[in-house]
Amino acid sequence: MQETDIKLLANTLPNLPENIQSQILSVEEFKGETTLIICKEGLRTVIQFLKGDPHCRFDVMMDLFAMDYLNYEIAQPERFAVVYYLVSLFQTRRIRIKVFLSEEDPTVDSIHDLYKAANWFEREAWDLYGILFNEHPNLTRILCHSDFVGHPLRKDYPSDQYQRLKTAIPSEGL
Amino acid sequence: MSEHSLTVSSSEEDLKNVAFTTRLEDFVNWGRKNSLWPLPFGTACCAIEYMATVGSHYDISRFGAEVVRFSPRQADCLLVLGTVVEKMGPILKQIYDQMLEPKWVMAVGVCASSGGFYRAYHVMQGIDNIIPVDVYVPGCPPTPEGIIYGLLKLQEKITKGGIVRARDRYKIAR
Repeated sequence: MQETDIKLLANTLPNLPENIQSQILSVEEFKGETTLIICKEGLRTVIQFLKGDPHCRFDVMMDLFAMDYLNYEIAQPERFAVVYYLVSLFQTRRIRIKVFLSEEDPTVDSIHDLYKAANWFEREAWDLYGILFNEHPNLTRILCHSDFVGHPLRKDYPSDQYQRLKTAIPSEGL
Repeated sequence: MSEHSLTVSSSEEDLKNVAFTTRLEDFVNWGRKNSLWPLPFGTACCAIEYMATVGSHYDISRFGAEVVRFSPRQADCLLVLGTVVEKMGPILKQIYDQMLEPKWVMAVGVCASSGGFYRAYHVMQGIDNIIPVDVYVPGCPPTPEGIIYGLLKLQEKITKGGIVRARDRYKIAR
């Protein structure tokens, strides 16, 4: 973290323990909302802390999605990112957590056991972007049909590549 | 009784007052076109327009197509009202196959006709990729007048059509 990030962090999330601070790569503030960019190894530690700490209590996961920065105008550390939106009803504030993942190894730990909602969001991120979530109980397609090959929201997926489903999917196992 | 007594006459002139001759084909088609049994396959806003079309104001029963059935076994006019995604394709095909002859299909709205503005990986670019279509109704969504005009066009087609099964009228592709 840079000097300005440390200052910003002290204002927005004071008294973070050292083991959490060491996972944070940088901090951004935009219109009163904080974004923490953290290394992917520390994801579970940070989210567990933000959820459990009595001063933070980010107990709701609003959203979880992936991003593909291929050919993005502004240079980014890696091609993929997974973004987590957490809400604290106690503090009435939101926080964004961003993890960058490389093209060769788009893998990050699952948080389905911390937030139940994350289960299907992670399946969606896998289906559309091919992000792999370690120890996810059922990492299968959720939106695309079962015969679909590839991950359609990746920027290098051709937008006119249609894939026909031959037979209807069975309703069980969704 | 007066001079207009009901006497049975075998003269050709009198017969013309009570009966006329036609071809069987024309007679059957006249019956068919005025009693279409629609099956609405409503997936989007076009279905809402169809509800208005069936309602008292636009009153599609003026054209003999008001008995809406929700079983393909009881219907002979499949109305595809809305976007059909690739995942839905086999279901639509199955419903079409379950309908008994004679049967007709109307693609209502641009999504069913050509994919509409969903020019992307997930939407079928026109239901004619999997089932034959008799009438395409443009619009996003079409007005009830548009749907009625489409119905009139279908009636026109049935009148001209002859007693031919759908599978003989079209070479069902793919």
